This record gives sequence, C-alpha cells and structure tokens, in this order.
Amino acid sequence: MSTNAQKRGFGATLWDYLTTVDHKKIAHLYLIAGGLFFLIGGLEALFIRIQLLKPNNDFVSAGLFNELLTMHGTTMIFLAAMPLVFAFMNAVMPLQIGARDVAFPFLNSLGFWLFLFGGLFLNLSWFLDAAPNAGWTSYASLSIAQTGHGIDFYALGLQIAGLGTLIGGINFLVTIINMRAPGMTYMRMPMFTWTTFVVSALILFAFPPLTVGLFLMTFDRMFGANFFDAAMGGNTIIWEHFFWIFGHPEVYILILPAFGIFSEIFAIFSRKRLFGYSSMVFATVLIGFLGFMVWAHHMFTTGLGPIANSIFAVATMAIAVPTGIKIFNWLFTMWGGSIRFTTPMLWAVAFIPSFLMGGVTGVMLGSAAQDYQYHDTYFVVAHFHYVIVGGVVFALFAGAHLYWPKMFGTMLNEVLGKITFVLFFVGFHMTFFIQHFLGLWGMPRRVFTYLPGQGFETSNVVSSIGAFLMAAGVIVLLINVIITSVKNEKVGNDPWGDGRTLEWALSSPPPYYNFKQLPLVRGLDAYWIEKMEGKKGMTPAEPLGDIHMPNNSFIPFLISLGLFIAAFGAMYHGDEGNTWGIPVLIFGLLFTIGSMFVRSIKDDHGYHIPKEELIDDNDKGVKA
Amino acid sequence: MHVEEKMTVETWPAAPEKQTLEAKNKFLGFWLFLGGETVLFASLFATYLALKDSVPRSDMPLAKDLFEIPLVFAMTMILLTSSLTSVYAMYHMKNFSFKKMQVWLGITVVLGLAFLGLEIYEFNHYVHEFGHTFTSSAFGSAFYTLVGFHGAHVAFGLLWITTLIIRNSKRGLNLYNAPKYYVASLYWHFIDVVWVFIFTVVYLMGMVG
Ligand code: HEM
Ligand SMILES: [Cu+2]
Repeated sequence: MSTNAQKRGFGATLWDYLTTVDHKKIAHLYLIAGGLFFLIGGLEALFIRIQLLKPNNDFVSAGLFNELLTMHGTTMIFLAAMPLVFAFMNAVMPLQIGARDVAFPFLNSLGFWLFLFGGLFLNLSWFLDAAPNAGWTSYASLSIAQTGHGIDFYALGLQIAGLGTLIGGINFLVTIINMRAPGMTYMRMPMFTWTTFVVSALILFAFPPLTVGLFLMTFDRMFGANFFDAAMGGNTIIWEHFFWIFGHPEVYILILPAFGIFSEIFAIFSRKRLFGYSSMVFATVLIGFLGFMVWAHHMFTTGLGPIANSIFAVATMAIAVPTGIKIFNWLFTMWGGSIRFTTPMLWAVAFIPSFLMGGVTGVMLGSAAQDYQYHDTYFVVAHFHYVIVGGVVFALFAGAHLYWPKMFGTMLNEVLGKITFVLFFVGFHMTFFIQHFLGLWGMPRRVFTYLPGQGFETSNVVSSIGAFLMAAGVIVLLINVIITSVKNEKVGNDPWGDGRTLEWALSSPPPYYNFKQLPLVRGLDAYWIEKMEGKKGMTPAEPLGDIHMPNNSFIPFLISLGLFIAAFGAMYHGDEGNTWGIPVLIFGLLFTIGSMFVRSIKDDHGYHIPKEELIDDNDKGVKA
Repeated sequence: MHVEEKMTVETWPAAPEKQTLEAKNKFLGFWLFLGGETVLFASLFATYLALKDSVPRSDMPLAKDLFEIPLVFAMTMILLTSSLTSVYAMYHMKNFSFKKMQVWLGITVVLGLAFLGLEIYEFNHYVHEFGHTFTSSAFGSAFYTLVGFHGAHVAFGLLWITTLIIRNSKRGLNLYNAPKYYVASLYWHFIDVVWVFIFTVVYLMGMVG
C-alpha cells in the first residue's frame, strides 16, 4: 500500500488522505496542519516583536496588535502545539504498544477533521470581519463587550477544535488500555506511551469545562444569555474559573508528552535504560493529578481571598516536586551513559536548563504575595515561554528529528538539524531571558507599545533580534525538510541504531497493518532486549493469520463540515437584518446529525487481509 | 467469533456486548465518554448554583416562585421508569429474546417522549406565566442551559434508540449490534442519573429557597 501510494496520482492520494483512518497517515495530517499553523503563529509573533522594536512604534495599530497577540497565543496553543503533540502520539504510540491500529480509527479521523475545521474557522476571522482580540484567555469582562465577530470566531472555532481533541483523548485511552501486545504490561510501557496515557485522561476531564465555558460565551454573545453580564445578575469570574480549570491542566497536557519524548531520547542516545522508570511513571501520574488542583494560581489577583490564595499557592509549589524527580532521573540517565550528541539529543540536553528556569520562575509566581508584583508583566510572559518553548517546542523539534524516519522513511540532515538547533536555542534565550527583567522593571504584558526613557529600549531590541534568530532556525528546518524529501534516501528499521522500543523493530515507515504478527514483549525496552540477545527482530506472539482492518471513510470530514457550516449560521444570525443565520445553523447541525445517522445505519465490518497476501509481502521484503 | 455470524439461544454468550475487540473498545470508550459528560454536567451545575436566583430586578421570579413539585415529580417518575424498562430490554438482550427487547425499548422511547413533552410544557409555562426566559436574567440563562442540556441529551438518546430499533428490526440480534444496544442503554441510564441530580439540586433545593 505504501509503495502503491507513490505510483497513484495526486487525486487518488488526496482522496486517500481525506478518507484515511490509518493512524500513521492521520499523524501526517496532524503534522502538516499543525506545522502550518505553527508558521502562521510564528509570523504573528514576528509582527508583535517588530511592533515592540522601538518605543511609540506604529508598525501595527493598537487594535491590530491586540488581534495579533490573541491569535498568536490561541493558534500556538490550540492549533500548533496540541496537533503536533497529537501527530507524534498517533505516529508512535500504537507502534510502541504493539498494536495494529488505534481503538477507534474512525473517531481518530473525526478528531483530526474537527480540529482542522475549527482551526480554519478561527483563522478565517482574519478575512471576515475581525480577529479575536481579548487575549488567548479571552476574559469575559473584556470579551463580552467586544464589538464585531472576533470573539465569536474564538468561541465557535475553539468549540469545534476542542471537540476533536476530546475524541482523540478517549481514543488514546482505550487504545492503551485494550490494545497492548501480549506481555506489554503497564509497567513495561515506554515513557512516551505513559505520558500519552496520562495526558489523555487529563484531556477527558479538562476539556469539558472549556466546552461549557465556550458554550456560555457563545450563548451570551450570540443568543442573548446573561451569564457574564453583571447588570443582569451574571458573573464574569465564572469564565475565569472554567478557563483555568481547563487551562492549567492544558499546559500539562502539552508538557507531559514533551517529557515523554525527551525520556525516549535520553535513553536512546545515552544507550542506557531510563533511570528510575517507575518513579518517572509515578511522577507523571502525580503531575497529572496535581495539575487539576492549582488553577487558581492564575487568579491570585482576582480577589478570591487570602485563604484560597494560600491553598492554591501551596498546591502549586507542590508540583515542583514530581517535576524535580524527573529532572534528576534524566540527569542520571545520562550519567555514565555513552552519549551521542545527535540533533534530538542536543534538544534534549538543552531542554533541561531551559525548562528548569521556567520551573523556577513558576515557583516564584506560585507564591501568591509575590505574584501581585509579577502578574500581567513580562515576567509572566518570560515564565510561560520558558516552559512552553523551552519544554514543549524543544520537544516538538526533537521529536520531529527523532521520528522523521519512522514517519516518512528518510532521515533529516543532521548538519542542518544542528544549525536549526543553534539558531533557535540562541534566539530563544535572547528573546525571553531579557523579558524576565523587563517584567521586573515594570513593563506590562499585552500593551501595544511603550514610551521612551523608561529603560525598556535596548532590552526590547535584544528580544526582537532573538525572535528573528528563531525564525531563521525554523527556515533552516523547512529547507532541511525539502532537501530530505527530494533526496528521499530510504532508511531501515532502526536508523538511529540504538532504538529501544517496539516502533524501531518495524520498517520505516511501517506497513499499513503495522505488525504482521503481534510481538511478544518480554520487558521494558522490548526491542532492546531482543537486540541484546542477538536477535534481529521481535519474537511473534501469534501464528500468521488474517488481519482485520478498518475501512476508509469520508464521513468524518462531512460531520466536521456540518459543524463548520453551522458555526457561520450561529455567528451571523444576530446581525442587523440577517435572515439566513438560523436556517444555516439548523442546516449545518442537521448535516452533522445526518452524517452520524448514515454512519450508524451503514454496517461497517472492515475487511481482512488474507494470510496468503502477508506471506507474499514477506517474500518481497526478503528479495529487496 | 465472527460478528455477522447467525446466533442461536445456545450459542449466544452471557456478555454479548463485549465479545469482540471492537465491542470491548466501544464498551470502555463509552464509559470514558460518560466520565467526560459527568464533568460537563458538573460544570453546568456549578454555573447554575453560582447564578441561582441571580436576577436584575427584585420583582422577577426566583426558584421558589417558579417550581411546582407535582409536575417535576411526575417527570422524575417517568424518566426513572424509562430507565427500568431499558434494563428489561437489556435483560432480554442477554437472553437473546429480540422481540421482547425491541418492545421494551419501544416503551422506553414512549416514556422518554412523555418526559420531553412535559419538559416543553414546563418551559412554556415559565416563559408565559412568569416571564422567566433564557434572556431575562442570569438565573434564567443558567436554568435553561442546565435543564436544556439535559433535555437535548434526552432528545438525542431518543433519536439514537429509535434508529437502533428500526435499523435492526428485520435482522435480529448479533454480536455486531448487541454492543450498540448496550451502550445506548448505558447512555440512557446516565441521562437518568443526571436528572436525579437536577431534581434534587434544581427543584428540591429550589423549593426550600
Ligand atoms: C513548576 C511548575 C509551574 C509553576 C509553579 C507555575 C506557576 C505559574 C503561575 C503562578 C502562573 C500565573 C502567573 C500570573 O499570571 O501572574 C503561571 C502562568 C503560566 N504558566 Fe506556569 N507554572 C509551572 C509550569 C508551567 C508549565 C509546565 C507550563 C506549560 C507547559 C506553564 C504555562 C503557563 C502559562 C501559559 C502561563 C500564563 C497564562 C497566561 O496568563 O496567559 N507553566 N504559571
Ligand atoms: Cu497554571
């Protein structure tokens, strides 16, 4: 199948991707879509930094600045970081547990299309009316009062995209619980699978509050409800709570998979078993649990009172403990290992001090009394960029280099990879380190300019130059991708030579059914164990037999399209003299429900790959 | 075991809802989905409690002025009974008595419709007798959102169960559709449990002020 794809025309390939339910192809889709949104978000960041290059700059207007700022944050979190993390989860996790596919291939595809249509909807705001402009947090006190449709794009777009994420979370949970290969006990699961597991649970419990918050905002803005309108008895603090009950777990939803990717990298390139595996698992679960107890540290200055603030301050600082455990485990993994400084490893090594600094400022912010000083200054901006860029984005770069051969069958160029790393690493610290001091000197965040003579000039110039270095790093990566794809030199199963987990036992990319015979897992780092005993591959756990596969389907696309259409109806129906809004809303919803109905009544048993065909494949493999 | 296989009473397994891997996945996935739904409703309850009786003018109706126990008590009994009839349906599914299962599910749907009818009547009553609407106050918004979300779940459940009844009417039970029936009944129970909380938190606690 994968070889067929190259011979087929563009149309057939496109149709294949529109209807695919294969987790490996869905991973490609997430990577491409997430990558594009990452570029858009990055461009917005550059505009922000150009505007702040000098005092009283008028590169963009104050209004446009607010839109850029809001869309940068929203895009990066929801449309870039999340889907890119999902890309690696889809590409790698099923292989790591020795599964042929995810539990719900159809829902997997639905999750992707919902995310994509949600993201498109949000970004169409640039061309229609106005973009959201109340910050990625969109506090109701501000957002309810905004004229135009910007905030509506935010509420509806995130609703659709969020639904997709929730579906993805359930899918991964069931996959990990039900579809592990024989011998793959929970305590033998690779760290990346563990973090996927915990993160999926976080998604399941953290996204519904966001769903509700967005519904309330939608109802208030488009259907005349009064949840946040104090004059009608409403209360804007409700939004803040929902947003952060979602929002704090969300930052852990992003960082835990990053921890997972780095855990794999440290073990692979130190050629050593991950130090303290069980304490790593424990720390991951504990972080996931504590992540739900700390949301009000974002609301210290809201006025919840000293008792609430103290409780949340203590809970917040407690999270530093399991995080510290992890840092030490990574250090001890490297200790005494035979380290190879490949591109992924460079990112991993650089991640430790970078992320650590973000953690330290986090604990500073977590002390409620201090936070009154830091809140809404550049100090907070520095903090969360150190954890999100120094943690999550570094992991995405590292993961892209590490898993590129597994996803596309060819290696990214190592020299270019290292150039990307140096440019981005230096740029990152240049941009954000100085922002700690800008914050301490009193520069407020989210303001479109500043006055001369306050001592902010030089620092802002440094910060902006750093941003351009990061952009240069990303451009080198893009060049790397193009060169690599054009050359297209195929690699074998284990291109890094030191793969430890099951995905490296398969060809790159794996066949569409992943495992011809499910592998027998005999311990942590299953593939490594076999290699140490001189074996070429995994011992099969079952005789060769027919393989059951799911059918492709176009319905996920249609279900998502319906909601996309409905969102336009909901948004515009309240406009002066609008007559088509409600009909379009109803049509879109019926379109979605109708598509679900078709899915429900049409039996879909999938198909079987007969045993004989699999033997064929094997022979071909031997000849080649 | 093949999903399309023709089954008989003898070959019908004790747990027909989780024989295949797909069925097991569906079973677990649906429970997890209900976990997410629980958080969703918990959030709506929290909103309701925060905004209960929060009205802009003192002459507007509050919870204690609006609710009347007889009507909601009847609704509660109807929905609880529908949960019971869906249990009967699942009992017959396990015994491979397709006809009886379909009949009990049919009764479940009828009860569900009755519940929805009363709910519409109830909302209509509040709107026309008291001017208590979705847009009249934060209290109104929170009330209709919480109870309305539940109502929308009931409506969706009715569509779903009806689809199953009609779709399978000609072909009887097999291991492909048994899990579908099963999760639909799980969903129905969940809706019922949520209603018990609504009855307590919104109506009973509303009566006492
Ligand atoms: C030791 C761990 C951490 C602690 C103690 C901590 C603490 C805090 C506190 C107290 C704030 C609120 C600051 C304010 O607004 O005044 C904050 C903001 C933030 N943190 Fe952290 N944090 C930690 C780790 C992380 C991680 C791992 C991430 C993401 C991967 C993260 C992402 C954010 C973001 C995005 C914000 C800003 C949200 C906004 O207002 O726009 N934090 N952190
Ligand atoms: Cu937080």
